[in-house]
Amino acid sequence: MRPLDPRLLRYARATRAFLALTVGLGVAGAVLVVAQASLLATGIASVFLDGAVLSPALIAGLAGTVVARAAVVYAQERAAARAAAAAKSQLRSRLLPHLVALGPGGMPGRRTGELSTLTTRGLDALDAYFARYLPQLVLAAVIPVVMLARLFPADLIAAVTILVTLPLIPIFMALVGLHTQAANRRQFRLLTRLSHHFLDVVAGLTTLKVFGRAAAQAATIRRVSDDQRRVTMRTLRIAFLSTLVLELVATLSVALVAVGVGLRLLEGDLDLATALLVLILAPEAYLPLRQVGVHYHAAAEGLAAAEETFAVLDTPLPGYGGDAAPPPGPAGIELSGLVLRHPGRDRPAVEDLTARIRPGEIVALTGPSGCGKSTVLAALLGFHAPAAGRIAVGGADLAGLDLAAWRERLAWVPQRPHLLAASVADNIRLGRPGATEAEVRAAAEAAGADRFITALPGGYDSVLGDDGAGVSAGQRQRIALARAFLRDAPVVLLDEPTANLDDATAAEVQASIRRLARGRTVVLAAHRPELIALADREIRLGASGKTATTTAVPA
Amino acid sequence: MTVTRAGAAPRTSWLRLVLVTARPALPRLLVSAVLGAGAGAAGVGLMACAAWLISRAALHPPVLQLMVAIVAVRAFGIGRGVLRYLERLTGHDAAFRALVALRVRAYRGLAEVAPGGLAGFRRGDLAERLTADVDAVLDVLVRVVLPYAAALLVGVGSVALAGTLLPAAGLALAVALIVLAIGVPAVQAGAARRSDGRLAPLRGELATHTVDLLHGLPDLTAFGATGTHLAAAADADRRLRAAGERSAATAGLGSAAAVLVTGACVLAGLIAGAAAVRAGTISGELLAVVTLTPLAVAEAVSGLPAAAQRLAGARAALRRVAEVVDAAPPAPDPADPVPLPAGPYTLRLHDVTAGWADPAVRGLDLTLAPGRRVALAGPSGAGKSTVAALLVRFLDPQAGRVTLNGTDLRDMRGADVRRVVGLLDDRAYLFDTGIAANLRVGRPGATEAELWQALAAARLEDWVRSLPAGLDTEVGEHGMAVSGGERRRLALARLLLADPPVLVLDEPAEHLDEPTAAALTADLLDATHGRTVLLITHREADLSGVDEVIRLPGR
Repeated sequence: MRPLDPRLLRYARATRAFLALTVGLGVAGAVLVVAQASLLATGIASVFLDGAVLSPALIAGLAGTVVARAAVVYAQERAAARAAAAAKSQLRSRLLPHLVALGPGGMPGRRTGELSTLTTRGLDALDAYFARYLPQLVLAAVIPVVMLARLFPADLIAAVTILVTLPLIPIFMALVGLHTQAANRRQFRLLTRLSHHFLDVVAGLTTLKVFGRAAAQAATIRRVSDDQRRVTMRTLRIAFLSTLVLELVATLSVALVAVGVGLRLLEGDLDLATALLVLILAPEAYLPLRQVGVHYHAAAEGLAAAEETFAVLDTPLPGYGGDAAPPPGPAGIELSGLVLRHPGRDRPAVEDLTARIRPGEIVALTGPSGCGKSTVLAALLGFHAPAAGRIAVGGADLAGLDLAAWRERLAWVPQRPHLLAASVADNIRLGRPGATEAEVRAAAEAAGADRFITALPGGYDSVLGDDGAGVSAGQRQRIALARAFLRDAPVVLLDEPTANLDDATAAEVQASIRRLARGRTVVLAAHRPELIALADREIRLGASGKTATTTAVPA
Repeated sequence: MTVTRAGAAPRTSWLRLVLVTARPALPRLLVSAVLGAGAGAAGVGLMACAAWLISRAALHPPVLQLMVAIVAVRAFGIGRGVLRYLERLTGHDAAFRALVALRVRAYRGLAEVAPGGLAGFRRGDLAERLTADVDAVLDVLVRVVLPYAAALLVGVGSVALAGTLLPAAGLALAVALIVLAIGVPAVQAGAARRSDGRLAPLRGELATHTVDLLHGLPDLTAFGATGTHLAAAADADRRLRAAGERSAATAGLGSAAAVLVTGACVLAGLIAGAAAVRAGTISGELLAVVTLTPLAVAEAVSGLPAAAQRLAGARAALRRVAEVVDAAPPAPDPADPVPLPAGPYTLRLHDVTAGWADPAVRGLDLTLAPGRRVALAGPSGAGKSTVAALLVRFLDPQAGRVTLNGTDLRDMRGADVRRVVGLLDDRAYLFDTGIAANLRVGRPGATEAELWQALAAARLEDWVRSLPAGLDTEVGEHGMAVSGGERRRLALARLLLADPPVLVLDEPAEHLDEPTAAALTADLLDATHGRTVLLITHREADLSGVDEVIRLPGR
């Protein structure tokens, strides 16, 4: 892990000011520590050796440095909290638009849930990085310098001792760290397997219970967890060596400095005030370095989130589409030699598909699960660029068209429509943002959704939970159909709109689709024979998307 | 969907849970606490001895007088690192032992309530959630209990030492320690709570917008509505940032207080010490000791605020674990179970009303006579799966009776009931291991010939023979390496191997595509020929192969 990713400075500008402020406050804090130590040493020496009274000025000075140190600490933490809030917001305000611009499936291999967690709670892990780790890192660099600057003129030998031993800490830490990493790699697979085994047993608990095997597994859990403990302890014995080295170098150095100072004092080479100053400042020089490690884990989490964010931001935008307006009038769609590929997969999802969809025609895309029906619809929406071949609408290549303008002429009912956490009416209005209440209602009626919506406690104003929590699969489809009705677009794409619906609900949804299809070009991914029967023609995709046959659906 | 007694506090508090599970590791924990205190004491001792050594040296005594102090300072210098290393090892080992005990306990609790589960524990992430929550015991022991125990020992010892030298200094140190150990963490916790209270609703709002944007990205892109939603998310983010920056005002209060208190304690020691030296109550060389020792003590307890913060998060996790451990099983075993009657078996529902929370079925009568094949049909939400849970005694009826050959299921052990009644549902779990091991969950001692026989009955023999690794083929995590249809058939083979006289098949073809579902259902009825079967389905097409159809009305 890099302690400070330069991309953080670039993408989150708040980091720069914070870093500068932290250095300034770090220097101020260190100077105050030195001042406090000097005052204490002078005070003790004067009372002890000279039998003097503590001067009110000295007491006031000490009290002043204490208050000033507290103020510096407060300012530092306040700045950290402000910087964290600002940096998170700056990262987020780049992350979300970039994810949106990347489009659906724009981050292959990343689940949407992970990305939304990253955007929200993931970035919150940066709090610890800003509040603890980064300032500590700065202090580890600043404080020893200030301490040494004061110690060199005071006592050369002590200063050199500290100067020589300080670098040993990061060096030994790095050596132990490398060794730990190697050991971790060796144990990691084993540990993952063991913890996975526990998860597996818990996840399959109901099945184990059905077969009367649940109780017997408690012993397995104990055995696996005990193995895990033994393996972990083996790693920790090495990992904690870093603690040992760190404490040993830091504390032993302080001890050596203290004894050395004492002996030189004995010889009369040094005065008491200087000796006490060295004793107070020596541990302070090591303290920030010792504490860097303490916050490492919390910081690592935040940095990991930041790195994931950078990975997204560094993903280039697809650059599919152009700025030509789609040709006017009812558009036919031509697919020629179309090859569609999911990123990161060897086998194409659709291979060499050639088909023509005439304006006003209802065409069913059929074939077994996984043959690429949804992928074809996504390509028609311009979500993915074809790997080869082309899609033409009204004779114009989709790759050169303004995709937003093309999508304005499309209505889409996906397999599992997303419902927004907004009112039912606003969810339908996604089809046409400015639609009046009457238009929304008419669309809902056409989609067969009006009845259940009016039965909701708030009617059309009922606010749905996150992703339509509490709405059944059939109701979800009908809200999506209402969107499509309201859209009133010349081309309609439907992706298995009756999958996962029971027979009665499916029949009602089919009736709505029949009404929707009238006078439009419709492409319909379908499984159910009743749904296929709605189509004029069927394009059958082979199991691997290889062969495509076109047949007329018997009326 | 909760089965915990509503409103009743869990019998087991999180603290009790920790104490009970940590009991076997108690000697190790004590050793670790003492080692930790030793490490802290070494730091304090180093400072105190060095301060005395230097003060004494200023009087230029013969070097022999200093030998003990010199040796002590060096010993403390080495001791702290070594003791800290040993403390961390023993502490982690003890905590991992407690973790093993807690895992087993949580697993047992979960096994009793499965699959009824608890509110918030019904999702698929249950296992991961529980694992992470159980791990919180590590945090509590290693990062909270042990540091506080060590700090307590060091604190008491330091106060005693300072108090013996100079009562006023002891008093000042005692007050400072109480503030550092209790006051500062309380201030910080309060600030964090207030800030969370302000930020939580805004975080929720941002999360909602993010989920809508990212999960709904295909829908929003297709309908050209990403712009407005991005703006809404940016607005929520702006308000969150503003609130976060406002909350920063309280962030540094705790740390600033810690600096103030430590400084005040040092100053009080200096003033009281100086007065005592002048009055002749203590010798001059002890002035440095009473003044500087608090600096080392403050460092030894500096980790406590962080420890207290850890506790808040860990406590919430352990409370959730306590809920699992405490949950009342939905179908508890009787104290004096009736032995299983002899077959053949007739299962009967008498006027049964039941559900996990509110009744899902009301007044249902159903008889499953030996060898009969009955289908239970009805729309989703009609309570079909509740009937399945009743028949395998995962659930007891709220009214009415379920009997096996006339004996109430409630008078028998659930495990005994499940030896007679087997269940296959769409959640049938495949463990991340080989095919053979998964099948043997059904019958642990099954021979290879028996495995093949079961596979043949589930129409999987040819498929498994075609696999390069045959019976040892890994099915992957959650069975993801095999197709949905194969997964269900493997589960069927496992059930056939267990060979229960009565089979409950609960939507066995759910979530499969139409041809796969039809083929599976046909094969299921075929493979279970001659057995007593209850087929639960919403697919009308499945109903032709049974002797009798019972329809549940929709709600």
